[in-house]
Amino acid sequence: MVSWKELELGCTIVEPGSSSKLKTGDWRSQRPVTDYEKCVKCGMCYIFCPDMVYKPNKMGFFQADYYYCKGCGICARECPAEAITMVEEKV
Amino acid sequence: MAKRIGIEVSLAVSEAVKLADVDVIAAYPITPQTHIVEHLSELVADGELDAEFIPVESEHSAMSTCCGSAAAGARTFTATSSQGLALMLEICYIAPALRLPIVMAVANRSLSAPISIWNDHSDLMASRDTGWIQTVAENGQEAFDLILHAFRVAEDHRVLLPVIVNMDGFTLTHVIEPIEILSQEEVARYLPPYSARMRLDTAKPVTMGPVGVPEVYTEAKKAQDEALKAARPVILEAWEEFGKHFGRYYKPVETYCTEGAETLLITMGSIGETAMSAVDAMRSQGKKVGLVRLRLWRPFPFTEFLEAVKGVKYLAVVDRALGLNGAGGPLATEIKAALYDEEERPYIWNYVAGLAGRDVTVENFVEMADGVEAAAADNLKSDYTIINVRE
Ligand code: SF4
Ligand code: SF4
Repeated sequence: MVSWKELELGCTIVEPGSSSKLKTGDWRSQRPVTDYEKCVKCGMCYIFCPDMVYKPNKMGFFQADYYYCKGCGICARECPAEAITMVEEKV
Repeated sequence: MAKRIGIEVSLAVSEAVKLADVDVIAAYPITPQTHIVEHLSELVADGELDAEFIPVESEHSAMSTCCGSAAAGARTFTATSSQGLALMLEICYIAPALRLPIVMAVANRSLSAPISIWNDHSDLMASRDTGWIQTVAENGQEAFDLILHAFRVAEDHRVLLPVIVNMDGFTLTHVIEPIEILSQEEVARYLPPYSARMRLDTAKPVTMGPVGVPEVYTEAKKAQDEALKAARPVILEAWEEFGKHFGRYYKPVETYCTEGAETLLITMGSIGETAMSAVDAMRSQGKKVGLVRLRLWRPFPFTEFLEAVKGVKYLAVVDRALGLNGAGGPLATEIKAALYDEEERPYIWNYVAGLAGRDVTVENFVEMADGVEAAAADNLKSDYTIINVRE
């Protein structure tokens, strides 16, 4: 991590689009785990996730990118097939 | 050669801002600051000053606009007072943290309640730790000169911090004084055009004022703190240069009759002029009394202050605001902290005087100088007194 001497003037961010580098995933205390046996590929998790964590894979199943998942549980709550379970995050 | 003319100090301040050739002024009127921005809006409307005058709906918006303008790389000015400064405070913390070199004149006035439009330093003290560089004018010429100094310091790439020029409301802002108004050419020689080191530019996008997560906030504040401390030599250098250009030399701490003095009065702002008369009167009676006036308030000029009070026995510190902390005025607590590490410390009595425009007279200063000596002789524990309060 940067020292105070290396910060840009006024803590300005000089690289556009760099917010995607911010790892929101390390706030997480619970992680969503999808049971693809139950999943109906409706995409509700993808739509509701406030951090755009889910992406569809080639088979059409939605997979989470844990770099950004902050463990809020919205996806598990909204999944109509009850395919998502929140499990405790292990360090 | 510059002309000395009789002019209201507020208007002289506006003239200084005009001579600094500002690009943007965003301000809201508030007594006793109004004349400054009123005159600037006239200068812009009359085509005498080529600047954007943005009339905003509040001081909060004024400072927000100033931040945007300075971030875009424009030379930016605003002015306010009292409740207006209080409303601005949220954004006042942001300007120095983003290193935006805004210059602001504050016509010092007391804070409500009770409602008061009159002069004291409660607004100055409310803004003291916002991270702005702060100077305090003692007379009209100083108010004019300090505005030009403020732009030069603020925009120096070794500084890049906003500057407040404090001037006592009414006592200074509304009086007519003989003031030397410099010419455009003279000012241009002292104050180079502003070139922003970093600015909002669509060709090279940056984000100013992002979230500072716990991993970076501490480092960001450390960098800001170091920047404020590093401004000190530049502030002095800009005063030195001012003296070389225009013959008026300013120091962060001014001393008057301190030679051989046992007791020193400590003041800030326009009461320093009355205090000089009081010192003259006391000296003529053989009393060993001198005066120290602070012109630089932030960053606090520790070295110069300690030098100025070295070896004296008694300090009568005159605050123009009540600390409301149970321990006296903010100037006195600052000075006590400054002296803590000294082996030989003077005995200090703090006087809170001149709240909300109440006169501080020559007699009051005599009372203070005598009072600190009497308190020391009585072995009283250092404390504070409100001068002139009716029991
Ligand atoms: S837990 Fe919250 S952040 Fe994580 S994937 Fe589900 S909705 Fe998105
Ligand atoms: S909301 Fe549930 S069912 Fe729908 S895609 Fe996501 S995991 Fe599958």
